[in-house]
Amino acid sequence: MAGSTLRLYSYAFFLPAGIIYILFFIAPTFLSFFFSLTIWTLSDWRFTGLDNFRIFFTEPSLSIGLRNSLIYAISTCALKVVLGFLLAAFLCTKLKTRGFLRSLIYFPNILSTIAVGIIFSSLMHPSHGLINTTLAFFGIQGPDWLGNPKMALFSVVLVDVWKGVGVAMIIFIAGIQAIPQHYYEALSIDGGSSFDKLRYITLPLSRSSMNSVIMLAFIGGIRSFDLIWVMTKGGPGFTSDLIASIIYKQLQGGFYGLSTAGNVVLFIIVSIMAVPLYRSLTKVEVDL
Amino acid sequence: MQRRIFSLAAAAVISVLLASGAYAADRQKIVWLQWANDAQQKAIDAVVTAFQAKYPIDIEFEFKPGSAEGENLVKTRLAANDMPDLLTYNSGSLFQVLNLEKNFVDLSKEPLAAKLLDSFKTTVAAGKGFYGIPMQPIPAGGIIYNKKVYASLGLKVPRTWKEFTSNCEKIKAAGIVPVIASYKDDWTAQLLLLADFYNVNATTPRFAADYTANKAKFATTPAALRGFEKIQEVFTKGYINKEPMSTTYDMAMAMLASGEGVHYPMATWILASINSNFPDKINDIGFFALPGDSSDKNGVTLWMPNNISIPKTSKSIVAAKKFLEFFVSAEGMAAYMSVGAPDGTFAVKGVKLPDAVFPAVRDVLAYVDANKTAPALEFLSPVKGPNLPQICVESGLALKTALECAKEYDRDVEKQAKQLMLPGW
Repeated sequence: MAGSTLRLYSYAFFLPAGIIYILFFIAPTFLSFFFSLTIWTLSDWRFTGLDNFRIFFTEPSLSIGLRNSLIYAISTCALKVVLGFLLAAFLCTKLKTRGFLRSLIYFPNILSTIAVGIIFSSLMHPSHGLINTTLAFFGIQGPDWLGNPKMALFSVVLVDVWKGVGVAMIIFIAGIQAIPQHYYEALSIDGGSSFDKLRYITLPLSRSSMNSVIMLAFIGGIRSFDLIWVMTKGGPGFTSDLIASIIYKQLQGGFYGLSTAGNVVLFIIVSIMAVPLYRSLTKVEVDL
Repeated sequence: MQRRIFSLAAAAVISVLLASGAYAADRQKIVWLQWANDAQQKAIDAVVTAFQAKYPIDIEFEFKPGSAEGENLVKTRLAANDMPDLLTYNSGSLFQVLNLEKNFVDLSKEPLAAKLLDSFKTTVAAGKGFYGIPMQPIPAGGIIYNKKVYASLGLKVPRTWKEFTSNCEKIKAAGIVPVIASYKDDWTAQLLLLADFYNVNATTPRFAADYTANKAKFATTPAALRGFEKIQEVFTKGYINKEPMSTTYDMAMAMLASGEGVHYPMATWILASINSNFPDKINDIGFFALPGDSSDKNGVTLWMPNNISIPKTSKSIVAAKKFLEFFVSAEGMAAYMSVGAPDGTFAVKGVKLPDAVFPAVRDVLAYVDANKTAPALEFLSPVKGPNLPQICVESGLALKTALECAKEYDRDVEKQAKQLMLPGW
């Protein structure tokens, strides 16, 4: 008797949050699977089978988003891991200005992405932007960062890395500081150099923080939207469109079914990538 | 004594309260959902002020963003039955998707119906009724150009595309930018194609109908394909400015006004902005229709003015109708023109334009008087693909061939037609 009261009592606590979670998260998620198979407006719908998915994968202006999102996610992820790790290793040494440098590198992350995008689009202006005027001072003709179809995506990748590398660095610093000092002492007694310390102790033992960084950066990259939208709107043409910006454009165009289908595709991609990525990465973790 | 003063004071306070209450009850308030930063806002404010002076009705503005963002907002508010009393919106295909018969008040039985041009009414019509009044003068699409540069280089207004390109060569040789491209605001990239529709219509009159019925395509209709080709040609021949992807509409306007650039494919809605930003340059600006392939078939593509409509959910339909009547009345039109010369003719019958219209408007009127006009495609067909701006940029930077762009746009259009559930798709 007392047990069942207790059980009901505990469910009552779950109720307010549960209702909100079901209403605004679980229900829309499952409804979207259905609506991705229809052409719908806010008041009406018509079943069309897998048509939306066919359009999404066959139309070049849509499927380019898949490719670009992968390029974007992989390159931001790789750069954040490498740069974040090196910065963290460097800023864990006994440097006088280390606190200052850490906050300096973390600082861009507290800025709003929209503000960063606006600032960089003016810095990257081909003739009046600060970057190219500086390059011109040294006699270098800077490229059209955001206007050149071959460069636009990578320019945004660079800005994303500039903004996000601080978080990667902080995670790495936490991981590196958790490594017990006696490993390093043992290595220096054996005559290892600082590079050996980095290669044989710091790198393998910060594997778990590296996993977190890879996961966060990759998933963040694949569903990234705001920066590209502010800086290029997917342009020139469609050359820097990501899945998310394409979904948004379909929504703006009033193609609710198509944009729901795009979201389902994004959901599946993120799940497919996140699960095995997480598995394979956690397997090689080393116990401290 | 004290008590008496108190009661007197109380009486005074109460009577003031009553009076103001009565005043507020006398004046009705209606809300108008209007675009933020509309180029015509000054003229509209003048009409509103005149209306408020005449009737005990106050108009309050609520502002919405432009383009797709604003469209989403309106669609959502319509679905949620949360519309104000007046709405400004694009006429033609964009307005048509709002399910007019269900959502808006029919104006065909109102006195104002007799005052409006039929060509306008068809763009806001559905079933037997029509649902909006024109909010601005009729914009015309073509080439806005700098007359001063034309005069100094001794150029003549071109009537064919060939003459146009030979003018461009001469301008380029003089070290001036012949054609301004402002692809950072990508909607501006499509004007060259959209304004070319007079030429499409002149050679292929059935295009609009066949296109709506899924029988004609941009890629397979040579005259329609020319639009994409022209956008590409001005790039491959080196006529456009450097850094088109970093040039905005506002920068383009400054280039045109200063004579740094000579031709800008645009519509005459830009004139009001040029006039307020560069008032001393407005007389240097002229207009000519987008040149086609033969000189005897050359005319201007007209946009239909944006409209003001009354959502059915409004609680002040009578007051809102009063405002629409006032807007198109002689008094309303006079108030509209009191802040400056309008940038085109009105879709309202019997409105006399002041003599001091801008030179570019005079150029447009010459085409209108000669009856050389055609409405833009979006007013003849509900089918308009939302990705046209980006596709035009692709063509305009030669990222793809014109034919590939046309094919891509045909697929984009297919999505729109299916969403509208049109027959034949």
